[in-house]
Amino acid sequence: MALDARAALALLRTMWRIRMFEERVGVLKRADEVYGLIHLSIGAEGVASAVCTQLRADDAVYSGHRAHGHALAKGAPSGRVMAELMGRSDGLCSGLGGSMHLVDVEHGLMGATGVVGGNIPLALGSALAARLRGTDQVAVVFFGDGAVQAGHFNESVNLAALWRLPVILVCENNGMAEFTTRSEHSVIERVSDVVAPYSITRETVDGNDAAAVWEAFARHLAAARGGEGPYLLECLTHRLRGHYEGDPTQYRDALAAEEWRQRDPIGRLTRLAADEGWFGEAQAAAAEADARAEIEAAVQFARASPYPEPALPGALVYAP
Amino acid sequence: MSATTYVKAINAALAVAMREDPRVFVMGEDVAEGGPYTATAGLAEEFGRERVRNTPISEGAICGVAIGAAQSGLRPVLEIMFIDFITLALDQLVNQAAKAHSMSGGQLEVPLVLRTQGGAGQRGGAQHSQSLEAWLTHVPGLKVVMPSGAADAAGLLASAIADPNPVVFVENKALYFKREELGERPPAVAIGAAATVRSGADVTIVALSRMVGEALAAAALLAGEGVDAEVIDPRTLVPLDLATIVASVERTGRLVVAHEAVTFGGFGAEIAAEVGRAAFDSLDAPIERVGAPFTPIPLSPPLEDAYLPGAAEIHAAALATLGRRPAG
Repeated sequence: MALDARAALALLRTMWRIRMFEERVGVLKRADEVYGLIHLSIGAEGVASAVCTQLRADDAVYSGHRAHGHALAKGAPSGRVMAELMGRSDGLCSGLGGSMHLVDVEHGLMGATGVVGGNIPLALGSALAARLRGTDQVAVVFFGDGAVQAGHFNESVNLAALWRLPVILVCENNGMAEFTTRSEHSVIERVSDVVAPYSITRETVDGNDAAAVWEAFARHLAAARGGEGPYLLECLTHRLRGHYEGDPTQYRDALAAEEWRQRDPIGRLTRLAADEGWFGEAQAAAAEADARAEIEAAVQFARASPYPEPALPGALVYAP
Repeated sequence: MSATTYVKAINAALAVAMREDPRVFVMGEDVAEGGPYTATAGLAEEFGRERVRNTPISEGAICGVAIGAAQSGLRPVLEIMFIDFITLALDQLVNQAAKAHSMSGGQLEVPLVLRTQGGAGQRGGAQHSQSLEAWLTHVPGLKVVMPSGAADAAGLLASAIADPNPVVFVENKALYFKREELGERPPAVAIGAAATVRSGADVTIVALSRMVGEALAAAALLAGEGVDAEVIDPRTLVPLDLATIVASVERTGRLVVAHEAVTFGGFGAEIAAEVGRAAFDSLDAPIERVGAPFTPIPLSPPLEDAYLPGAAEIHAAALATLGRRPAG
């Protein structure tokens, strides 16, 4: 399955929406307009976009603490995501969740968690539910390479392989676990090698090459849609910002500007599209401009939303 | 009416729920083999191994799988074989299941039942005998039930499976094979309703799980000494039916709280504090608490027997509220 002009443009537009959103959130964080620990995914937009633009609304997606891009790519309205980061009543979760706990059931975003890797087994549960109900939904969970050393990752891989669940594990391997490099966390460099003994289908791709991620994911998705699984797709990517906004980033060197220009997933896809004749500069520029306008509107929407009523937390401890 | 046991009542309630609702399924370690206490015996034969799923010894992951299945529309009943192992599932239970409804602004529901069992007295040692329910009651979003007999076990399990929230269902291994007369289909028992299992005028004894039977034995002793004890089984710790307890203390003026868990930091402290606040003017004596000492549970039989609180301790505590001491 190869990327075509239509899918490529959707991919580019989604990446621009995430880029604009994340850059704006970084500014808003410094202005104290968004709250809590804010983890940005600038540099890794290609993974969220290539995966989520191929999913249906009723496919389950789970994410971790770096979830904004996954939410936007899965269809969550940018204004409601922004409002959630600002703790407002029109936020996705009525202002009770925040940046690390985005949920949008209507669009199939079934959970994001601040516990690293903590909802990998939940994705297995959604896949099991599809199996027991006899539907063809798949479940996808995003996590970073930092989650791979946790017990729940290893327990989940074993269980997913044992039960052959239609779940796709998407690892965004940015080489960093919080403040330290992967080499300080594990002797196994590639996450796909960690799961090798389970004999599950696994693949490592250049996560900054959105077309490559798209094509690899398309193959695994088609198989999972047919009820097969599990799959592990490891995407080697970059985290251009710190672990969270405002962290002491002296611990690593930023990529050189020219090196980043070569690797930036947005630039790469734009150049590829030109080479393939999929779309030209005008459409690429429109994707950027439209995203900028959308995110500006999202900020205005979020700012206009009131804070939730004080009684709301008490009313939502239990489902009625 | 026919003779049954606590564990058979649980087994039957599971089978009824699975027959009536295709969303209900059972998962846990060895559940398809019936488990160590036969709680799930025969279910795999009737419902197949897709709905009665043996799992690896991965408490964290299987709890997470159950949560994901629950919020995707199924009704999992997860067994954690011993409550001592719930430590391994607590991240999933506390950080995911308990908070999903609230953190999603009400979008997600987690209709999960986590069955587990605790309790000492069977020489299980310090890692197979604990009573850890108080930890769970401290987490908003979880419901916690502790049935003391077969009828309540069946009735509360039916309600727990029907509940749209995560319910931790804490059984006691020492109760499993106690015989009880029970109707063919025991009625559902509402979560959050205490039961007054013995009426009395002189002292209120609130007892949890296995200690309900011990409290009734103590009440029989007290009756022979001219003391008329009321025994209340909260049945549900969260939400707690405080009104029934307070109304009783307002009549009796005295309260004993008894559980098998370590006294210090135990759930009895919460009951005592709430009653102290709500019925302070009615109290004629300090509230007495009965529980286990602040030590890991010893293996050696005479030491474990001495460790385990029972009717004698409840009896002495009730007399203490009357300014009396046990004879002899």
